[in-house]
Amino acid sequence: MKTLSAFDVIGPSMVGPSSSHTAGAARIGAVARRLTGDDPVSAEFTLFGSFAHTYAGHGTDRALVAGLLGLAPDDERLPFSFELAAQQGVSFRFRTSEAPTEHPNTVGIRLTGRTGAVTRITAVSLGGGAIMITQLQGVDVSITGEYPTLMVEHKDQPGMIGEITRLLGDRDINIAFMRVFRHERGGQAFMVIETDHMIPPHIVQDVASLSRGIGGVYIIEGV
Amino acid sequence: MNCQFITGENLLHLCEKHDLTIAEVMVRRECELSHRTADEVRAQMAERLAVMHSALEKGLTQAPRSVGGLVEGQGKRLNNLPSPLMGGQAAYAAAAAMAIAEVNAAMGRIIAAPTAGSCGVLPGALFSAARSFGFDDAALVEALFVSAAVGLLIQTNATVSGAEGGCQAEVGAASAMAAAALTFLQGGSAGASLSAAALALQNLMGLVCDPVAGLVEVPCVNRNSIGAVNALLSADIVLSGTGVMIPFDETVDAMYAVGCSLSPALRESAQGGIAATPTAKAAEKSIFAAEQYIPEGLGR
Repeated sequence: MKTLSAFDVIGPSMVGPSSSHTAGAARIGAVARRLTGDDPVSAEFTLFGSFAHTYAGHGTDRALVAGLLGLAPDDERLPFSFELAAQQGVSFRFRTSEAPTEHPNTVGIRLTGRTGAVTRITAVSLGGGAIMITQLQGVDVSITGEYPTLMVEHKDQPGMIGEITRLLGDRDINIAFMRVFRHERGGQAFMVIETDHMIPPHIVQDVASLSRGIGGVYIIEGV
Repeated sequence: MNCQFITGENLLHLCEKHDLTIAEVMVRRECELSHRTADEVRAQMAERLAVMHSALEKGLTQAPRSVGGLVEGQGKRLNNLPSPLMGGQAAYAAAAAMAIAEVNAAMGRIIAAPTAGSCGVLPGALFSAARSFGFDDAALVEALFVSAAVGLLIQTNATVSGAEGGCQAEVGAASAMAAAALTFLQGGSAGASLSAAALALQNLMGLVCDPVAGLVEVPCVNRNSIGAVNALLSADIVLSGTGVMIPFDETVDAMYAVGCSLSPALRESAQGGIAATPTAKAAEKSIFAAEQYIPEGLGR
């Protein structure tokens, strides 16, 4: 848990009305956009629990789309995100579900990028604007977006962690937290590295060329 | 120096030992935490103050309508009341607090302080004092750091979430933050600031979170006004020399214990308090019946 700053108390700066249902939703959209590694062209959102029941009165739907378009949670264009999406040629659809979920504010997102690649994400809004991506492509993960984050999709095989962390160390990037997630031994895995420093965009190329076992490499700036 | 503190007593000890105001301790703590200079940290708080100011302007002049349609232009109307019974100072604090809370309810830009639902309390109280006593932005930035220290203590030792602690944890905490800031602005000591915060929290102890239809509208906008006025009152009582029997740290513990003992129906679930009344239930039904659309954007 991050030490609370004065600006966590007098903040965040956000478009209302709710830190969990509006600001948190916008942050989920923003992180989801980063995890596609591509400009999303269409999105399907499934809202669960309290999100499903009260999204309309809290602008949760508009906030999710705003984040997906790259708008910050305090961007005053957030209430007009549907119109912006239309202008940018991004289509979206919402469904609500009565299926039970562990957390009351849960959303499932299915994004299609320009290349046609599909990204499936499950995220929860934890309150106060804090969020967690809990599933990525069906794999349980935890990504908060609070720190600059490097997310690497790779094959579960020996040596991967060493190669990537050495590369970051060589570039003077300090790792604050890191976790590795996988489905099964030798299968698809995700490495989530949260750092104290901004991650320069060229790191994506550097990491991707390290090994053939590395798939997608994504940077999530702290949002 | 190490500027971390866990309790109000720790904080007062730091102020005394290093001869610093609460604001100065908080600025130093922030510098340590973020590896920035005091000027940079104060500049960031000045940005937050500017957002609060824009929200006030917008709320008082444009009379925004909330997303759910339950509140509209209350702050502006109160501000235009020719002879408020409570006097101009308190009426302006209440009107400003409501105006900012209405901007939040209308999907405008605000600063959560400590939460979005209670975002009008602190700026309402501060802008009211600034208007009468001429405090400039630099003074208000220091006051915001004082309020941040109080909010931090409440968030660390209790909660500022309505779902966990009820409205006393949101508007109550905001009111405590504002009372400490006002006491500081009027020249009160660090100890007096925490006493005013304790009193503000005690005055609102037990307040439940009962949002009609689950929206941040009724009673939230009105509760912001009572939070702001309670801050003025609590600061004045302490500044007049009356002591507060129960100290700040013990008050925060008590508030948390009360929050934990509240039924879940009274903690933001919209199932108790005024949210459970027949009128509220009817409003809930009509709001969500009108909005049972599934949004879809086709793009080009």
